[in-house]
Amino acid sequence: MTHQINWEFPQALEDEAIYILRETAAQFEKPVLLFSGGKDSITLVRLAQKAFYPGKVPFPLLHVDTGHNFPETIEFRDWLVNTLGLDLIVRNVQDSIDQGKVQEETGKYASRNALQTVTLLDAIEEGKFDACIGGARRDEEKARAKERIFSVRDEFGQWNAKMQRPELFDILNGKINIGENVRVFPISNWTELDVWNYIRREKLEIPSIYFAHEREIIERDGLYWPYSAYLNTTADEVPFRQKVRFRTVGDMTCTAAVLSEADKLEDIIAEIMEAKISERGARIDDKRSEAAMEKRKQAGYF
Amino acid sequence: MEVLRIATSGSVDDGKSTLIGRLLYDTNSIPQDKMEALHAASKRKGLDFTDLSLLTDGLVAEREQGITIDVAHIYFSTPNRKYIIADTPGHIEYTRNMVTGASNAQVSLILIDARKGIVEQTHRHFFIANLLRIPYLAVCVNKMDLVEYSEARFNQIVEDFQQLLAGASYKAQEVKFIPISSLYGENVATRTGIINWYQGPTLLDYLEKIAFDQEDNRHPARFPIQSVIRPRTTEYHDFRGFAGKVTSGHFNVGDEIISLPSGQKSRIKTIEQFEKQLPAAHARESVVITLEDEIDSSRGNMLVKTDNVPEQRKEITANICWMDQQKLVAGKTYLLQHGINRVKAKVQQINFVIDVTSYQHIEGKNDMGLNDIGSITLKTAQPIFADIYAKNPANGAFILIDEFNNTTVAVGTLI
Repeated sequence: MTHQINWEFPQALEDEAIYILRETAAQFEKPVLLFSGGKDSITLVRLAQKAFYPGKVPFPLLHVDTGHNFPETIEFRDWLVNTLGLDLIVRNVQDSIDQGKVQEETGKYASRNALQTVTLLDAIEEGKFDACIGGARRDEEKARAKERIFSVRDEFGQWNAKMQRPELFDILNGKINIGENVRVFPISNWTELDVWNYIRREKLEIPSIYFAHEREIIERDGLYWPYSAYLNTTADEVPFRQKVRFRTVGDMTCTAAVLSEADKLEDIIAEIMEAKISERGARIDDKRSEAAMEKRKQAGYF
Repeated sequence: MEVLRIATSGSVDDGKSTLIGRLLYDTNSIPQDKMEALHAASKRKGLDFTDLSLLTDGLVAEREQGITIDVAHIYFSTPNRKYIIADTPGHIEYTRNMVTGASNAQVSLILIDARKGIVEQTHRHFFIANLLRIPYLAVCVNKMDLVEYSEARFNQIVEDFQQLLAGASYKAQEVKFIPISSLYGENVATRTGIINWYQGPTLLDYLEKIAFDQEDNRHPARFPIQSVIRPRTTEYHDFRGFAGKVTSGHFNVGDEIISLPSGQKSRIKTIEQFEKQLPAAHARESVVITLEDEIDSSRGNMLVKTDNVPEQRKEITANICWMDQQKLVAGKTYLLQHGINRVKAKVQQINFVIDVTSYQHIEGKNDMGLNDIGSITLKTAQPIFADIYAKNPANGAFILIDEFNNTTVAVGTLI
């Protein structure tokens, strides 16, 4: 069955997200926007810009750099921050490794995805951030489907699915106890298509890896992995050049590419509507077990 | 594109999760890898069919017990509109989750097991949908395959339901009865033709044609101020705008307004949305409003039009649903949050608790426990600018927050 594509962005979603961002700025003392360089956090930056215009965005961006990012993402991040005049804080997973707080994974599936939680929690503590704004969406994954818009985390950053505060109407309760902090998800109700339609409507720039390009890849477990110095490969995994693009921006060690010729936003959107693999299906970190996401959330992951 | 929000409520095993799975499946909203994961998970459970309910029961505990314990949000879209389903548990222990899911819904979807007919939970679901004045009610009589697709059985259930409707306080609800089989997909998104005596729409057809609720636009204009935007840059040196989301009604440039609680009057100079200047702002739109005069307004204040000013209330009577393990105690002080405005509030008295099955009022109660619904009287430290919920729902609801542990303990609607 072929989908008819609806190119129209539901405006109600932007109004809701702006309302949430304004509540976050008003109810918390030190909010921070978690920025990954991916399309969801780029969307958040746009929403923040709109929410406080003509004033400045009243909170900084925080990027947890795993050291395994696509160079294109880092380049884009710096360009965006400079162009919009935003404050950016960068914290490195490498520092957490050097401090002996986390240990690098080994083997061919080694990634720094799980490690970044420690760096993130340290950065939250160091910056005394009481609200961390993230671009997670409920349609991404079934544990995320149950997350609140203001999601309270304890001192260890843990999410307790059974003890969540009820959220009623559009009333947001951001009151917390000392040591707790809140994860804020303004685009909870957006789907992947909504995000793309928004990027299209707002004419937003995005990192080049979202568009089809040729690069060195290897094939493993039926997925195309970007070949890089960070990826541990076996002797029979020989890199080859292929035209691909990425549906999400994660680390080079845990984000798989999809074969694609889409080099325009419209083509990407059309491709998503036809897609046979869901967005997180290309995230190797979720495949570890059926409850992978819920377990990482309990441990303070986004 | 419009967004239609639906709340589903059903009993533990009346096939609600299967119904939602069916809606996603039939609107082609399940990607292939999720479908494969579903097949595999169903097989592991020893099922010989694909269990579509596994799509929505997201948490580990739920998968283990085979029940739904929280509110899950599910998204699908057709070329016509975007749908958000708040899927809530049906059991009495989760009444508060049901209220949560229903609070944002325009459609309430009630499932009835054709074999069992109307049960205690049906009463509770209907009561909540009616209490929160959800405009549309889709009553799906499910598992028709297990009663041999009997028309007589369906008619009997419809007739029983009419008695529930007769006892309801909110009469304007539009109700639609649909005989379905979610397991086989009959009358969910498609028609297989087995139920040939039913000529009405499928559930999806019905949802597609619901007139989008514009009611809020006709209600009195209310604009709570979320923050004051003062850039103090060279370019915007004297700019002073009020950021907020229109709760209800609409504002036009040039309208005369009053700021509450100060009572100062002015006129709307501009309505702005980022770099755009708008002629008007409608319900649920996030905008920045600037005024002709410098008036003293800040977060928590409300701009309203001079032709319809809400009463400034310090004593309110409300229906509430209690949502906390610790009981509500008469005489205790809580924080009341109406929209974005927070004030201290003391519970004066508990008027009555409602038996949501028989609708009987039980008087003389000194406390209210988890999931209880009832009427209380509160006194607030500062006035709030709320409307009666029945007259303007968007400006008639509030939550109560426990001052000591900061959790949300109740939701209320003004009566």
